[in-house]
Amino acid sequence: MTTGLTSQTERLLRELAPKVLGYVARRFGDFNAAEDVVQEALVAAVTQWPGEGLPQNPQAWLIRVASRRMIDHQRSESARWHRESQSMHFGYLSATGRDEDAERDDSLALLFMCAHPALSASSAIALTLRAVGGLTTAQIAKAFLVPEATMAQRISRAKQSIKSSGIPLRLPSADEWSARLRSVLHVLYLIFNEGYVTSTGPKLQVLQLSHEAIRLTRMLQRLLPNDYDVMGLLALMLLNDARRLARTGGDGELIPLSKQDRGLWDKAEISEGVALVSAALSSGSVGMYQIQAAIAALHDEAGSVEETDWEQILALYDVLKRMSDNPMVNLNRAIAVAMVRGAAAGLDLLDELQTQPHAHYHRLDAVRAHLLEIAGDRAGAVRYFRSASERTGNVAERNYLLMRAAELAALSGGADRLLGAARVSRAASVMQDH
Amino acid sequence: MKYILMMNTMKSGSQGFDRWSPQEIQAHIAFMIGLNKDLTASGVLVGAEGLALPNEARVVRAGKNREPITDGVFPESKEFLAGFWIVDVEAPEEAYAIAARASAAPGVGGEPLNMPIEVRQVMSGPPEEFV
Repeated sequence: MTTGLTSQTERLLRELAPKVLGYVARRFGDFNAAEDVVQEALVAAVTQWPGEGLPQNPQAWLIRVASRRMIDHQRSESARWHRESQSMHFGYLSATGRDEDAERDDSLALLFMCAHPALSASSAIALTLRAVGGLTTAQIAKAFLVPEATMAQRISRAKQSIKSSGIPLRLPSADEWSARLRSVLHVLYLIFNEGYVTSTGPKLQVLQLSHEAIRLTRMLQRLLPNDYDVMGLLALMLLNDARRLARTGGDGELIPLSKQDRGLWDKAEISEGVALVSAALSSGSVGMYQIQAAIAALHDEAGSVEETDWEQILALYDVLKRMSDNPMVNLNRAIAVAMVRGAAAGLDLLDELQTQPHAHYHRLDAVRAHLLEIAGDRAGAVRYFRSASERTGNVAERNYLLMRAAELAALSGGADRLLGAARVSRAASVMQDH
Repeated sequence: MKYILMMNTMKSGSQGFDRWSPQEIQAHIAFMIGLNKDLTASGVLVGAEGLALPNEARVVRAGKNREPITDGVFPESKEFLAGFWIVDVEAPEEAYAIAARASAAPGVGGEPLNMPIEVRQVMSGPPEEFV
């Protein structure tokens, strides 16, 4: 979609894609067909605009082209559809200057449909990127490191399940609004995390998923400027993304928070994130995203791990734990406990967590290893770093944990393999890099 | 022609990483990253994956009602696939050369590990004239 297009035009097309799709899909009541014709309209724009110049109203141009294709499409399908499309014909061909509220509703309805809780997470993610993000199937496939045919199938199955489950393309009613918005935010959060955690892919990635997630969340924030959960999520993304350059080394190796060059952190993103989370929290709204953003902000504003306000972070984890008593929260809280009350207190908490069903045993091991290191139990730390390295599914993390085990083993193994000063207070890295 | 290069390892510790120094581990990782970069740059790499250690590996068969019947965990002595490369080359000798390079990845003291790498041709679709 880039051929002959300036990046500015490409950005414009991606901004317009969800609006055009939302409009056409709602007008014709057929999301699948609308998706096809909007793609065709985008292709037409890509081929025609470089030669003919940008139309005066690009959005109306796209709507017109997509709607014409839709009519052609329906005309060939059945006479009944033919009549209906004809009767609708005049309403939208003149659609040039559109009502802002209607436009907002189109984009929102599209997001709500794509992130519908009836869809699996992977379907919702793929569909959101494609329909709302305006990305091509090839771009999405590349971002997830799967073959294009696989992604095409995933998207077409997602569309099929929308069709068969009768998920409507409309705004949720007032009583279902907050639950439905939660799933939209969750999908955006998953997209961000996919890009943020999987930093091991090939260097020349065309698309950075975390940036796409930020772009879409910004769009949502413009549509719902008074929603504090949206504000909190955007803040959380920005405050984590701010550390992206410092998080990995030249070969994609993981650099824990304690060893990151804080000069590389993105100041502009940090101040934007801090402003957003402050605004959200001062409104008295304390959702999961706001709290996590506040924790990220405390890390971002600290000059070092030692200068970090761990008391405050622990207090925030206490709030988070009351909201959602999940293993990840408990694990991260154990680190904060260790930083405030000492490693032994953190280790006691881990013993309790060990007995609970846990989806991330390697994290439990990794955190234990860090706390044992702080407590001065090197042999124990080596053992747990190793078992964590054997249990993780992420290459960069595996390498990091192996290195830590080897470094500590060398320190306790003899003077010939001394690497330098023992590094304590690394514990924070484990929780910040998941 | 496509070939798959399969690197096997014993279950007990990935090539015995337990006894490696940090520098030795770092050299090994750097070697593997460099190899993949070279294969990508020369346009022969189709795909490469490293597998998680086989601590939780299971062999699965369908039972009577097609329900999964799992077997495992396996003894330390069993060999497991640790990772693979798929390369697209002109001749098998090229695939052998790449396999030999991977096999010589550095281990303790920087000495080549000389790991066994199994090289198998990946079957292709029908020749073009039949398509």
